[in-house]
Amino acid sequence: MQVAAVKEYAGTPRDGVENFHGNQLLYIGWDDHLMFCAPLAFPFPPTLRFGDIVEKVLPGAYGYHPDWARIDWSKVEWLKSGQPWTPHFNRTLAENGLGHKDVLRFRTPGLTGIQGSCS
Amino acid sequence: MDMQVPKKKLGLKERYTLMTRDLAWDTTYQPKEKVYPYADYEGIKIHDWDKWEDPFRLTMDAYWKYQAEKERKLYAIIDAYSQSNGHLGVTDARYLNAIKIFLTAVTPLEYMAHRGFAHVGRAFPGAGARVACQMQAIDEMRHAQTQIHSLSNYNKYYNGFHDAPHMFDRVWYLSVPKSFFDDAITAGPFEFIVSIGFSFEYVLTNLLFVPFVSGAAYNGDMGTMTFGFSAQSDEARHMTLGLECIKFILEQDPANLPIVQRWIDKWCWRGVRLLSIVAMMMDYMLPKRVMSWKEAWEIYFEENGGALFKDLARYGIKMPACAEQIRQEKEHLSHQVWSAFYNYSGATDFHTWMPTEEEMQWLSQKYPDTFDQHYRPRFEFWREQQQKGNRFYNKTLPMLCQTCQIPMLFTEPGDPTKICYRERDYKGSKYHFCSDHCQHIFDNEPEKYVQAWLPVHQIYQGNCFPEGSDPTAPGFDPLAAVLEHYRLNAGRDNGDFEGSEDQRNFEAWRGMAKRND
Repeated sequence: MQVAAVKEYAGTPRDGVENFHGNQLLYIGWDDHLMFCAPLAFPFPPTLRFGDIVEKVLPGAYGYHPDWARIDWSKVEWLKSGQPWTPHFNRTLAENGLGHKDVLRFRTPGLTGIQGSCS
Repeated sequence: MDMQVPKKKLGLKERYTLMTRDLAWDTTYQPKEKVYPYADYEGIKIHDWDKWEDPFRLTMDAYWKYQAEKERKLYAIIDAYSQSNGHLGVTDARYLNAIKIFLTAVTPLEYMAHRGFAHVGRAFPGAGARVACQMQAIDEMRHAQTQIHSLSNYNKYYNGFHDAPHMFDRVWYLSVPKSFFDDAITAGPFEFIVSIGFSFEYVLTNLLFVPFVSGAAYNGDMGTMTFGFSAQSDEARHMTLGLECIKFILEQDPANLPIVQRWIDKWCWRGVRLLSIVAMMMDYMLPKRVMSWKEAWEIYFEENGGALFKDLARYGIKMPACAEQIRQEKEHLSHQVWSAFYNYSGATDFHTWMPTEEEMQWLSQKYPDTFDQHYRPRFEFWREQQQKGNRFYNKTLPMLCQTCQIPMLFTEPGDPTKICYRERDYKGSKYHFCSDHCQHIFDNEPEKYVQAWLPVHQIYQGNCFPEGSDPTAPGFDPLAAVLEHYRLNAGRDNGDFEGSEDQRNFEAWRGMAKRND
């Protein structure tokens, strides 16, 4: 059953990529840093260089945290939909295979938040 | 000479029959299915509507009389409270933020409940059930109205109370209660009665009303307390109606059981997700605490709800599958939700703050296994930063759950250090969920939930700016535009309580009430 209805019924998804004016959604979560209460949602053009997210966008989002400045980016582990994944910083989102509403998580080994509380 | 004296008064039972079932008739011009078009499609089978019993046998004439009496008392108290500057008697102005949440998140639901019960009061083919639902529809309307009247007194003095209905349809966090009720009223009449009449009114309502009404009593808020008590006798009737409905449906046909069980599973979970805001209110927003969320959950769900489900076991109904996850979450819920509102305090109609040291001790004592380990370090850090003038605000919008619409703030069952992520591909698109249970709800009816109006996505689509805005104009500030669209006064209605206008005014006015200078 796709929906309980009195007759044939199909819903129109409200969040198709065509509604975002040339952007697509990307969700990013920083593991073990729950000071940021939930993963973040960003609208990015698919032509954006992946490295620009890390270098130009995320510092504004996560820079408040004392761990941010300590991140060794050569050791960061990425997950896409929960599976290990390797980004190419010099390629675009599309070239990295990132589609609308994909979810990324990054782990920063050795950094576990305020007093090790994963905050 | 013997004279037949006409009986002046009818017995309760006769009266009830005359005033309910005798007012109904069988249709002749139109087939019954056309008159009651929503009665069958959910798969619930009812063979004999006459088996329906209204436990209160309440009739309209008696109903008007009782309600009018309650109304007179309520308005007398509200008048006295407002004329004697009762608002200055509350424990602290921080308390009023809990009441702002009530007005923006709960009162509009009373109105939605009115609409829902009016609808099922038309849709059920049985006259007895129709009459009971009609009366509940009036009750719900009256609750919305008395709440607005009681709480509007605060709007004269404090910020954030000014436009609840407008905010309810727009503000990001209010999409949680709004989508909850929209889900219920767009379901069929039987799912509606199970969702609201049983799961919400019967199983969970104590977890909503007791915290707010006792919270009001503990914190000197006579206005809120009074409408709470005035609604209480109605709530007792609503609960009985909800339970009666479930039993009636289950007794009518054994095929109804799996459908009803799926609805109970769904709506207990949706209800508990909705109540997470009450959890934070109890543990963080009441200057004088009533009990912890965890304690309330144990009494009102684990004990009372446990007994109820034991009673329903003879119909084959089982405790909802989500109960185990909720049992684990009770240790974390209020802390995680308060953290989220602290993150996004720049975009709400109420203030947040960090607990004092004394309050943190209370939290440590109530949550000995979790608070000090997982939450105290975060909160102390935030408090320290706030005192240095570097108060934390999360300026990037959060990822939301497709079903409950709450930011994805809940942690993995069994691991409070990791966010719980779930996802599903449906017709070539990705959908994300905060939990297995929210995902299952989506899986059962994807065509319904793909349409979710998720505030974060709506903002990014450009649908939450004031009319006539030009997001491409130089210097366009999207956050300011969204707050204007919400009709929020940034920096006045929201942000940290410390240094707020509410805090300053309350102190100044209370000072004036106590001193002669």
